[in-house]
Amino acid sequence: MIDSTLKGFSNCAQILSGASHNSLKDVPVNGTVYGTLLNFKASYSELEPLMTNQPYQRPPEAPILYIKPRNTYNRHKGTIWLPDGIHRIQIGPALGIVIGKTAAKVTEAHAMHYIAGYTILNDVSLEHDSLYRPPIRFNALDGFCPIGPEVKEASLVQDPHNLKIDVFVNDQLMQTSHTNELVRPIPTLLADVTEFMTLYPGDVLMAGTPNNPPLVCDGDRIRITIDKIGSLENQVQSSHGKEQEGNG
Amino acid sequence: MKHARVAYKGCVHIASERDGKLLLPDGRIVEEEEVVWLPPVNPGSTVFALGLNYADHAKELDFTPTKDPLIFLKGPNTFIGHRGETKRPTSAKFMHYECELAVVIGRAARHVKRNEAKEYIAGYTIANDYAIRDYLENYYRPNLRVKNRDTCTPIGPWLVDASDIANPLNLTLRTYINGKLTQEGNTRNMIHTPDYLIEYLSSFMTLNPGDIILTGTPEGVENTAIGDEVITEIEGIGRLQNTIVSADIPLIPIHL
Repeated sequence: MIDSTLKGFSNCAQILSGASHNSLKDVPVNGTVYGTLLNFKASYSELEPLMTNQPYQRPPEAPILYIKPRNTYNRHKGTIWLPDGIHRIQIGPALGIVIGKTAAKVTEAHAMHYIAGYTILNDVSLEHDSLYRPPIRFNALDGFCPIGPEVKEASLVQDPHNLKIDVFVNDQLMQTSHTNELVRPIPTLLADVTEFMTLYPGDVLMAGTPNNPPLVCDGDRIRITIDKIGSLENQVQSSHGKEQEGNG
Repeated sequence: MKHARVAYKGCVHIASERDGKLLLPDGRIVEEEEVVWLPPVNPGSTVFALGLNYADHAKELDFTPTKDPLIFLKGPNTFIGHRGETKRPTSAKFMHYECELAVVIGRAARHVKRNEAKEYIAGYTIANDYAIRDYLENYYRPNLRVKNRDTCTPIGPWLVDASDIANPLNLTLRTYINGKLTQEGNTRNMIHTPDYLIEYLSSFMTLNPGDIILTGTPEGVENTAIGDEVITEIEGIGRLQNTIVSADIPLIPIHL
């Protein structure tokens, strides 16, 4: 019906025709973004004493992943809006492994051949302690996953396990981590993930985020710099009183 | 009307239902066995799934409801179409089906109130949200290794226009293994209704056309075996057929 279409409604036939496919504004990837939990040695050791207690009961066996849905994608220099009633949020700098060809049941020996390149992600979330069943309202908010500014071709990154990751807030260094601190190095991670799920070209797998995430507030400027990859910059703003738009 | 994405004679078509058969856009009418049914999930669509959203099933798994609905997300690797094959590792001990009403979003939704939520629903389909409980871990539970495995979420066959379903909260759901009824419930026993879920999700994120919410399963989940034919059926929406096959095919070493 024309009326409905004008108001942005897609019926079932239109949805199947792909009419609902969203364009991604200035985000250099077009697949699914997966976060990897506890893949920095320090974040693993921090939780380790609790891993045999309730509710975790035992240490994780396989990689624990989560999905950052498409509404969370945000561009380099895009604004991260604080939701109403929230004064600070935590930022999660991550090396993004960008998949170059369909990867199913890859071996460690071949894993690196499936990587097109690397990018930077900021896995933003609301503060939370429990990793048991964190509700998606903590990390699936609009704009809560800046990605970019570009994908650096894999051939230009000689050793992805030798990259320093710095987080600056208002030009002050708040956190430094290093990709030599991964629990599962990249080939192991890709082998263990693709054992149960296929990754497609354009998908992005985060190598992990360090512990003690820096906290940011209204007005803060964030810059995540990864050696050889670049700098991802965003600013935080309160959305109080603002009718914000979806990021699509 | 009912709509489907199918492959037939080398092309992908958006077909509609006509007397139990498929009407292709060029006017041909074909039988459901003649086509390859593709999942009605678009690239990039966000797919939500509810855990323990029926009071009876929650009791079955000894679950105390939490303040937030238990919602997890699914990636594109997991979806397969009607009449597809789902892979079961031979070593797995407990792999169960979950017959679920799937709600398809038709309009970008942000800060939608539940009494307006209906205007944001394009239609409905059926999902079978398999879980392999052997792999359950207590981090980001249910973890993707249980719930987001390749081929483990059959979905379809049809997207049914919302206007065809007078009351989505009074639909019988049934699952059959090899023709034997093993699960029966009704959407009236849902804890969080589609209207509430649209209000809840759109309170912190934008829902986009083509996004899908799998609304959980009632009690009666049972183990399945390699070779089983599993049919998940919802009144007025259709019946989704699936076959369990072994995941342990011999792998050919890949030389690059």
